[in-house]
Amino acid sequence: MNADEFWKGLWRENPIFVQVLGMCPALAVSNTARNALAMGLATLFVLVASNAVVALLRDFVPKQVRIATFILIIATFVTVVDYTIQAVSLELHRALGAFISLIVVNCLILGRAEAFASRNGIGRSILDGAGMGLGFTLALFCLGAVREILGSGSLFGVALFHAEFQPWVIMLLPSGGFFTLAAWLMLFSRWRAPDA
Amino acid sequence: MSTPAPLPTADPSAWSMARALVGVGLVCGLLIVFVYEATRPTIERARAEALRRAVFEVLPGAASSQSFEPDENGRYIPAGANSSSEEIVHAGYDTDGRLVGLALDAAGMGYQDVIRLLYGYATEAEAIIGVQVLESRETPGLGDRVESDPGFQANFERLDVSLAADGQTILHPIEVVKPGEKQHPWQIDGLTGATITSNAIGSILRVSTLARLPAIHARLGDFEPKDSEPGDSEPGDSGKEVAP
Repeated sequence: MNADEFWKGLWRENPIFVQVLGMCPALAVSNTARNALAMGLATLFVLVASNAVVALLRDFVPKQVRIATFILIIATFVTVVDYTIQAVSLELHRALGAFISLIVVNCLILGRAEAFASRNGIGRSILDGAGMGLGFTLALFCLGAVREILGSGSLFGVALFHAEFQPWVIMLLPSGGFFTLAAWLMLFSRWRAPDA
Repeated sequence: MSTPAPLPTADPSAWSMARALVGVGLVCGLLIVFVYEATRPTIERARAEALRRAVFEVLPGAASSQSFEPDENGRYIPAGANSSSEEIVHAGYDTDGRLVGLALDAAGMGYQDVIRLLYGYATEAEAIIGVQVLESRETPGLGDRVESDPGFQANFERLDVSLAADGQTILHPIEVVKPGEKQHPWQIDGLTGATITSNAIGSILRVSTLARLPAIHARLGDFEPKDSEPGDSEPGDSGKEVAP
């Protein structure tokens, strides 16, 4: 049962490909594989930490003030991530730009706090957060890898094609994010329900 | 999906609501302050190191540098270690202690957000001899090519910013032209696919040079080495830095 709490976020209830949550970072920060991976991991950390704390405090926080409390908890962990990334790599912080702060309003995180962590124990909530976070990271990486390969001709900055390759610049622009997401959604739906 | 347990429905007292909000707020506040204080020295060191590297990048030939800031009379004096003045000027010296040029900070709006850059000003040649982007959120693969495109970077090998005869303004303010149409040493060849960003870089440099260079040029004596040879200094010795 517990293993299912983890695995459901990766496949059956994948935040991007099934629940279609957290679209702002999914489209905005998936222009390179590295940015997508870093954003996914930052979100994973915030999701696990906030789920754990929300589950821990679920009997202490009256439901009338729960949204304000959840936002406070989420914003705190986002700030922690923001300073930590700055301390680890200024260059990475530069690349992720304003999107780190916007993890606060990623509906996936508040959604899991409200729908799962506030009603379940700490162990299950951590598993749920880890599964959803990894599912989010995986989906972001799928988007980022395709966009970087086609848009820049490279993966993690390593050139993949001959010098004659003309990058599809549109893949790096917002419209490229929508195209790639649509293609992945189609593929994912086909995998999950081949007869649909 | 698992069946969620229902949320408690009893009406809470005002005290329990206030206790939850204030309690969580207090702990969150303390955690943020703790993390900020714990990471601050590392972040400041990394920023200073990035700036130090950029100073030597934009002033080729410099072996040591020192930062200056204007005092209330407009005279440039060595800046303190924690100075955050926006008018700070980094002077670069060669191995013989001669002034190579000055590195200046400039910022302006790009395509997505503010671009901050550092440019090197050769005082004798009265030209910009290097530009480094310190902060930018331009589109990867397009706008951010202003940092990596060799053709665009070549604009800043010797970009003329000579002062007019009266020393009050720049003779030919910097201008950005269409790619391949550069004819004069004060022009910047634009970059195809990064039109807005390359125009923004030109505009940031034009505004900054017009506003700052005449005043700085009039006080060049302030940057000349005085007591000791800057080339002989050690890092951290009276604020002087040596090249990496």
